[in-house]
Amino acid sequence: MKTSTIKAPATKASSPKKSWIKRWIQKYGMGSLFFMPFFILFVLFTIVPVLIGMAMSFTNYDMLMTPKFIGLDNYKNLFIFDENFAKALQNTFIIGGIAGPVGYLASFLFAWIINNMKMKKLFTVIFYAPSIAGSGMVVIWDYLFSGDRYGFINNLLINAGLIQSPIIWNADTDFIVPINILILVWGSMGTGFLVFMAGLQNLDPQLSESGRIDGIRNVFQELWFITLPQVKPQLLYGAINTIVVSLGVFPSFGGFPSPNYVAHTLAAHIQDYGFLRFEMGYASAVSMVLFFLSFGLGQVVIRLLSEREEKPVRKRRARG
Amino acid sequence: MVEKGIKIKIRHRDAVRLNFSKILLYAAMIGLACIMALPLVYVLGTAFKPIDELLKFPPVFFVKKPTLSNFSQLFLALDSSTVPFLRYLFNSVLVTALAVLGTIVVATMGGYAMSKLTVPFSKVLFTLVIIAMTFPGNVIQIPLYMIIKWLGLYNTYAALIVPKIAGAYGMFLMKQFCDQLPKPLLEAARIDGAGEFSIYMKIALPFLRPAWATLLVFTFTACWNDGAASLIYISDQSLRLLPVMLTAISENTNLARAGALAAASFIIMAPSLIIFILQQRRVMATMAHSGIK
Repeated sequence: MKTSTIKAPATKASSPKKSWIKRWIQKYGMGSLFFMPFFILFVLFTIVPVLIGMAMSFTNYDMLMTPKFIGLDNYKNLFIFDENFAKALQNTFIIGGIAGPVGYLASFLFAWIINNMKMKKLFTVIFYAPSIAGSGMVVIWDYLFSGDRYGFINNLLINAGLIQSPIIWNADTDFIVPINILILVWGSMGTGFLVFMAGLQNLDPQLSESGRIDGIRNVFQELWFITLPQVKPQLLYGAINTIVVSLGVFPSFGGFPSPNYVAHTLAAHIQDYGFLRFEMGYASAVSMVLFFLSFGLGQVVIRLLSEREEKPVRKRRARG
Repeated sequence: MVEKGIKIKIRHRDAVRLNFSKILLYAAMIGLACIMALPLVYVLGTAFKPIDELLKFPPVFFVKKPTLSNFSQLFLALDSSTVPFLRYLFNSVLVTALAVLGTIVVATMGGYAMSKLTVPFSKVLFTLVIIAMTFPGNVIQIPLYMIIKWLGLYNTYAALIVPKIAGAYGMFLMKQFCDQLPKPLLEAARIDGAGEFSIYMKIALPFLRPAWATLLVFTFTACWNDGAASLIYISDQSLRLLPVMLTAISENTNLARAGALAAASFIIMAPSLIIFILQQRRVMATMAHSGIK
């Protein structure tokens, strides 16, 4: 839709006599100057770290001795011998794999419902608020899932006669993962939810009208054939956001590291080896697994949901 | 006549059914809204409970005799502990303010440049920005720790601020939003003799206001709630941020501190909520441009 084909002519005015440096400055000078602060910080604190992490994952760096290249040993250890890594990988898939999709679908569903309701602003605040509540919420989780009989849920269950003695929620290995999922789902209507809301507010009313003329019969048909195609860019953004948040999940309930590592995730494993054991090389290998998982899934989603308009444009330009 | 009557009847019945399902929908949504809001309301309200209500069992949901004693306990009683509460508050305010300011300046400049000026390799760079949005921050935690050490930023406020400033999302958002800025407006300003910097200040920044207001909300929330960074990149307890203190109080379960804990939770949660509510209109106007095509 918006192509940048108009950019080029700006330089035509400059006379050919000027040296290429001057021409470069005339064309790119201002842009580079404005872009420089972002560029320097982005390279230094995002791109270089990824590259260093990649390199470090092939070493045995431990902050004390100079790193030694050990090839794929870290990865071999990870996938063959490290039981906690297997657990972390599994948990990331379970915790992120449930909370992520549930949160994503709920975000869209509620955005869609709220958008057709009155008091939109109020409902938006209420559904969005849990995602920004942050660490202050420990107060309520500690109270709800308190291990003694005065905890809200224990008290409820004991009074209902379902259990005799209180369940120690934050130490019982059966419950830590489900509680983490619950807390995550509760707070999962974040940026994605807002993006969906915004997308739905900017729908083209003419399209749904012409859809009705063309035989759209109910709200669900309208949702599928008219609404969803219009909010594809928002759906894609939401999907990427969900992937990043779900795969980077760090268990907030049950302590770190959790008892018997029941709620161990990839992010927790990085923390464990990086900052408790200082095996930076090994922790970097875990980081790279997380990186490629997230990046790979992101690419899959982009392929699926992207409106591929760029390709024909490129071809046209190449010909012209 | 008969036909007309039937028609009206059908319409009437439809209207009734519609109203009924609408009422059902509203009831369900209000119920869900309660589930979402109750934990928050509980925590926010607990901050104002006097000690006897705090320790009551079964607990009271709403405050009966609201008091500010929990806050004074937080500010005064914790004063005797190694690092006073005010110090954490000061650290958090300083770090968050500078990170938010830095992010907005860097992202608006960069986004404006990428959208309206010519930046070399801008396509490649934008692709890198998108890629950076597809992996979680935990991936670069370890190398970042080393870079911060090498640059001598370890144990300084800068370690909590500088690495956060050039976020991929801010750049992406500003570029997308700036694409809506009409080019003729800029051309007209250039013809009138305005320099690039004054165009940025007088045209781009006001135009981008909803977008940077949104970035303000998100960056504020992220920084204010980030406890991990100040645990990893800081070893001096007196430079750490509020979430660290909160975890510290909540971990040593001391009944006398229940009030202080509730007050601290309030101070952590309330600002993000208030800022979002104040900027909600701008945030919603901006988020429509957050789609990836």
